[in-house]
Amino acid sequence: MSNLTHLTIKDALKGLKSKDFTSAELTQAHIDAMGAAKDLNAYITETPDLALEQAKASDERRAKGEAGALDGIPLAIKDLFCTKNVQTTAASNILEGFKPQYESTVSSKLFDAGAVMLGKANLDEFAMGSSNTTSFYGNVINPWKSQNSNKDLTPGGSSGGSAASVAAYIAMGATGTDTGGSIRQPAAFCGISGIKPTYGRCSRWGVVAFASSLDQAGTFARTVEDNALLLRTMSGHDPKDSTSAKKDVPDFVAALNGDIKGLKVGIPKEYRVDGMPEEISKLWGQGIEWLKSAGAEIVDISLPHTHYALPTYYIIAPAEASSNLARYDGVRYGQRADEKDLIDMYELTRAQGFGDEVKRRIMIGTYVLSAGYYDAYYIKAQKVRRLISEDFKKAYEKCDVLLTPTAPSAAFAIGENEDDPIKMYLNDVFTVPASLAGLPGMSVPAGTDKDGLPLGLQIIGRPWDEETVLKVAQKIENLAQFKLWSPQSK
Amino acid sequence: MPQMIKGETGEWEIVIGMEIHAQVIANSKLFSGAATEFGAEPNSQVSLVDAAMPGMLPVLNKKCVEQAVRTGLGLNSKINTRSVFARKNYFYPDLPQGYQISQFEDPIVGEGKIEIDLPGGSVKEIGITRLHLEQDAGKSIHDQSPDKSFVDLNRSGCALMEIVSEPDIRGPEEATAYLSKIRMIVRYLGTCDGNMDEGSMRADVNISVRKPGDEYGTRAEVKNVNSLKAVQQAIEYEARRQVEILEDGGSVDQETRLWDPNKMETRSMRSKEEAHDYRYFPDPDLLPLEFSSEWVEEIKQTLPELPDEKKHRFMGNYGLSPYDASVLIAERARADYFETVAKEGGDAKLSANWVINELLGILNKNEKTLAESPISAQQLGSLIKLIVDNTISGKIAKDVFAEMFESGKDADAIVEEKGLKQVTDTGAIEAIIDEVIAENSGQVEAYRGGKDKLFGFFVGQVMKKSQGKANPAMVNELLKKKL
Repeated sequence: MSNLTHLTIKDALKGLKSKDFTSAELTQAHIDAMGAAKDLNAYITETPDLALEQAKASDERRAKGEAGALDGIPLAIKDLFCTKNVQTTAASNILEGFKPQYESTVSSKLFDAGAVMLGKANLDEFAMGSSNTTSFYGNVINPWKSQNSNKDLTPGGSSGGSAASVAAYIAMGATGTDTGGSIRQPAAFCGISGIKPTYGRCSRWGVVAFASSLDQAGTFARTVEDNALLLRTMSGHDPKDSTSAKKDVPDFVAALNGDIKGLKVGIPKEYRVDGMPEEISKLWGQGIEWLKSAGAEIVDISLPHTHYALPTYYIIAPAEASSNLARYDGVRYGQRADEKDLIDMYELTRAQGFGDEVKRRIMIGTYVLSAGYYDAYYIKAQKVRRLISEDFKKAYEKCDVLLTPTAPSAAFAIGENEDDPIKMYLNDVFTVPASLAGLPGMSVPAGTDKDGLPLGLQIIGRPWDEETVLKVAQKIENLAQFKLWSPQSK
Repeated sequence: MPQMIKGETGEWEIVIGMEIHAQVIANSKLFSGAATEFGAEPNSQVSLVDAAMPGMLPVLNKKCVEQAVRTGLGLNSKINTRSVFARKNYFYPDLPQGYQISQFEDPIVGEGKIEIDLPGGSVKEIGITRLHLEQDAGKSIHDQSPDKSFVDLNRSGCALMEIVSEPDIRGPEEATAYLSKIRMIVRYLGTCDGNMDEGSMRADVNISVRKPGDEYGTRAEVKNVNSLKAVQQAIEYEARRQVEILEDGGSVDQETRLWDPNKMETRSMRSKEEAHDYRYFPDPDLLPLEFSSEWVEEIKQTLPELPDEKKHRFMGNYGLSPYDASVLIAERARADYFETVAKEGGDAKLSANWVINELLGILNKNEKTLAESPISAQQLGSLIKLIVDNTISGKIAKDVFAEMFESGKDADAIVEEKGLKQVTDTGAIEAIIDEVIAENSGQVEAYRGGKDKLFGFFVGQVMKKSQGKANPAMVNELLKKKL
């Protein structure tokens, strides 16, 4: 039965439909695999009992002919999504023990479609990080290893647990959130695909907020088509989120018709950054060739403000975070330091509750919003953000979609880049611009580096055009014939 | 008329600007679906959004926006069809989000002006700077336990309108007149109940003093001023305090002060240095608030007649004095009551006198509100009609009125029952006059001899004999003939 965990969601749905196996069996196979992969630390909270209960209910629904679009499929839910009566931590000590009385819109859409929850996936604390090393619940370990070293590698972040669980076959798919690259970069590091849809495509209601104007839910899966399946269910307008868009959700799966003939693919020259490893440039070039061979037209374009994206992001995201995280004050829920004086209680609660990276960003955010600095930092950053959006708008007059590398390197060893936050922030250099512009972006695994570690290519689309993004990603997926990590190769 | 303070160095002018917080009458809170009823069990009207649970998001309540627009129109102010909600960041246990959603740079209502009514019937214009929508905080409760504080979040997230005035107010009298006028307007509009006791209307008062003609002085913001009386007392105290400091050669600190109604003083809450840096920035959970000018126009069509319009109509159409008109329009129900009385009674000025002097007087004496009045507007109108058509005299009417207030009976019934109808039969009045002349031959002699003043005496005698029922005009006329 162990190969059940290696199925794609699409094939698992087929198998369930034709009664080759039950969801209970499929789920149990994953629970067994989770037990064997504990060293990856991909989950903060495992929910096997709940999963089996949901699986049983799913099998009953299916028997009655009432199966939903994802009925019986076991998933990992990033522990940033509030799940009713199941501990939700955002990987922070400050929320240890917090059990929401509500279900996030995205997770409830998945459960309404019959999905099974295996557990809450580990992440960087409050989704702040690019290596999943800021979690209060410990590092997540990438299932991949370098051919030349036995060092533990990071799965990327912040959705490191989600990416690792899907790559390690201990979830068929996973939810993630992406604020500056938190889906795309870990997808690339773990050799799977992941999509961040257009800002406003998925509801943020019930998702612990990091930076409200950037946070967007998305998916991880081992195939592009599986991502499309998940995203189709998760998307849609939510009246409870004022920033969710009143847009019809296209059939993302149906969009995967394989036809990209005549599609104009833009190659932004500013993404050829100094010091980019040669293998990444080469892979990028390979991607261009693949798309050309499939009939796409390649267009050189310029996104002149790309250079400012990272500093802009590291003003806006912390600014919003500093305010969004003010509610974790020990008064109503989560951890509270036992202090008599109010100010002491606030200070100690937050000092003990938050980790270093979160504190760093709260301080940066508080600083850039302060009187006297607001105009110089926050207002200026908002202006630059608009310029970056304009860059993309102009680019899309010449092309339909952009192709770039996802990250400037393959997965690095845990502990690397820890000494220098700026170096860590550079991981997001290719993903942040699309986040600032609210555009859909997807990472698809396309090859490996010299150590045999996966590398991803990023496809960035027009607003609301996830269909083209998915279609191009699938084309690369087909042509790259990338081989997933498997436990046998360990 | 500005009230000045006499100091040792001469007269000082008091300069005041006010910030009034008015809780919006709405079905639910500004950004959540929770109810907003006053006096409910603690923490019984709290949604997940109000408690700032992780991942909760605000959704703007359209009704609150409509109420703010209504109020803006009532304040003759510019309505901004695009405004922005911003976060005001600070920590306090009764502020669950750690920030208040408010409006900072782009409020929903911009500049305008209102008229305030001053004693003696004069009016003055006060500029409105802005009105913006914001969330209320919850309530901290410190007196339930020796070592713990509790928080009631029922009020957390309720919609407030902050109405900011220009520093056009001079002295306590104008300040209370301004506050009363704002309260009157929001009550007319149905946008705030104006109950200062329940905290649904609260005022912060910015006070400074200066020598007439000088630049504005440094101001202190006085908080916790929660009644008309407190406004007056706080201003008197604070202005006096500032004058004393200045005359002693000191300088006033720009600071926030708290009014203590028990000690009757203001005291320092926090200085300018300690002032919070609120780190305002546009709330990324909410899109800019935009609506059409057509929608504003639609709302405009539903506005009731506002106090000032009503006042001018009462003066113009009914010939009332500015004072009478302003007393009558003070409450919409009172004005409506008066208009019913006037319509029924047929004499507006007389109706105004009766409503203001008799009705409000007796209600006040009995500690009753107009709504609790045992005499309906129709009933009072029919009483006045009896005076107008000479069925009873004004004097008898007062007795009938007292009886009506006691029993709730109609004026007609009382007049009928007690036989109080005015005597207008010439023969009957002449007979009484004859009797009086016969009984007072000495006075008749004197009157005829030139003592004109005695005429009043005869009128009195005739009225007395008729038990007040003789028509006074006829008595006058017939007496003159007979004497």
